[in-house]
Amino acid sequence: MSDFKPVATRDSYGNALVELGKKYDNVFVLDADLAAATKTGVFKKEFPDRHIDCGIQESNMVGVAAGMAATGKVPFCSTFAMFAAGRAYEQVRNSVCYPHFNVKIGATHAGISVGEDGASHQCLEDIALMRELPGMVVINPADDIEAKAAVEAAYKHEGPVYMRFGRLAVPIINDNPDYKFEIGKGVTLREGSDVSLIATGLEVGETLAAADMLAADGIKAEVINIHTIKPLDEELVMATAKKTGKVVTIEEHWVNGGLGSAVAEVLSEKCPTLMKRIGVYDTFGESGPAKELLHKYELDAEGIYKQVKAFL
Amino acid sequence: MTTQELKKMAVKVRQGIVESTHAAKCGHPGGSLSAAEVFTYLYFEEMNIDPKNPQDPKRDRFVLSKGHTAPGLYSAMANRGYFPVEELKTLRHTGSHLQGHPCVTHTPGIDASSGSLGQGISVACGMALSAKLTNDDYRVYTLLGDGEIEEGQVWEAAMFAGNRKLDNLVVIVDNNNLQIDGPITEVNSPYPIVDKFRAFNFHVIEVADGNDMDQIAAAFKEARETKGAPSAIVMKTVKGKGVSYMENSVGWHGKAPNDEEYEQAMKELKEVEANV
Repeated sequence: MSDFKPVATRDSYGNALVELGKKYDNVFVLDADLAAATKTGVFKKEFPDRHIDCGIQESNMVGVAAGMAATGKVPFCSTFAMFAAGRAYEQVRNSVCYPHFNVKIGATHAGISVGEDGASHQCLEDIALMRELPGMVVINPADDIEAKAAVEAAYKHEGPVYMRFGRLAVPIINDNPDYKFEIGKGVTLREGSDVSLIATGLEVGETLAAADMLAADGIKAEVINIHTIKPLDEELVMATAKKTGKVVTIEEHWVNGGLGSAVAEVLSEKCPTLMKRIGVYDTFGESGPAKELLHKYELDAEGIYKQVKAFL
Repeated sequence: MTTQELKKMAVKVRQGIVESTHAAKCGHPGGSLSAAEVFTYLYFEEMNIDPKNPQDPKRDRFVLSKGHTAPGLYSAMANRGYFPVEELKTLRHTGSHLQGHPCVTHTPGIDASSGSLGQGISVACGMALSAKLTNDDYRVYTLLGDGEIEEGQVWEAAMFAGNRKLDNLVVIVDNNNLQIDGPITEVNSPYPIVDKFRAFNFHVIEVADGNDMDQIAAAFKEARETKGAPSAIVMKTVKGKGVSYMENSVGWHGKAPNDEEYEQAMKELKEVEANV
């Protein structure tokens, strides 16, 4: 891990939008009274005429974005994951995905690491909801570098894209000169032979730390970053499963429907492999500092280490 | 087109609605028939469109927010030349481009996929805003049912359009007074409709008879001349208009005519056509 200061990927989102706005004049950003929190305020400051604050009406915002996309703009819809994927689910389904409009959704404050706001705002089902939708791309970046690259890739991709960002500052893990972001391509961060740890989003950093702890016990874990949950890099998932014979998925999401399910779908059909899904099990989150919650729900490095050990 | 020609075309559009729903053995004739004049006026007079170039970026846009009345829209589009009138008979059939509710990816010339009530008006707002943002001068039209405006999203969109003074947007409410479960006053009354749109900063145009082509024409002219505010055309219509046994009958919201009923409807409409 690098010496860079940790950055919340919601900040990366806002900063990336500014860069995108400078390059492309068809980029527009929509908010639902949360520009200060989704970190799109920097875009609003730079391009006030290209920022549309819809007020507190997420359903309408998604429809407005659909209409803008239908007329040649590239709108980035910004709000919390709970409201983008939850409240406006049907608008995303019927107004955006059914006509396959070129709408980008920047969903911040995903997962339990929202922290003190509690379960009403801790969306643990957005990956499941969004990856069901035909034609939708679902990206969950692991750090600042990946989040910025994802925003640019989303712009260049023709069609709807859902991007999941977090509120908690996370360490930089992708600061290598060869780093390249490609939609649908997983990244092997560490080679190993005993078990495959397939993680997404902020859990990638925690998983790398857990792999260090496992290494100290003599367990060689392969660590894979799946930043694109849909389309899933099936080839990479099957290759690592064949190599180690044991697969663990790690995500800040309910275990039903997210990365773990996506991996299980592929492996059960094409390459049956013993699996363990790490995530949140059939319970709502709660209020508390983000790091304490990640610890309590065994989604930090220590929790992952313990669960992987038990699985092995 | 002359008013006479438009009136005749509205009857043609009605015949297409009866043809298509009869062939589909399902669909929504009632609310399609109540809006036949509006569909006709939009596609043959009001909108700047070219059926041969349905993706022209400068074209006016239409969003059928009350998407279940697709038979009316399809009939107007077919008669206008977007696709052969004969294809109306494929409505709702497997493999047809005429889906039960309008879909962008299936039918050339459809500007938004709709059918889930309340969503189309938001998409229309986005199109109208989009034109404003880049100084394009196309106009955007969206048709809503009076039952549809019970949906909360309609008022989110109305607030948005009024606040942003989208004077290139025309919201049309087909006030035929009936929804699936009965008269709108008995289910969950949206009245007073006119006052509501006024309160949301719309220029409201009331049409006493939305099945009268002259009144429709005057309303769209007034909307076009309105600056600084979106227009809402609230028009009183008759559900099932033009087919005697369907008129003002809630049962014909979402039911197709059988062979016998089809023959009678077509006979009535042929007579009307001959007498326009």
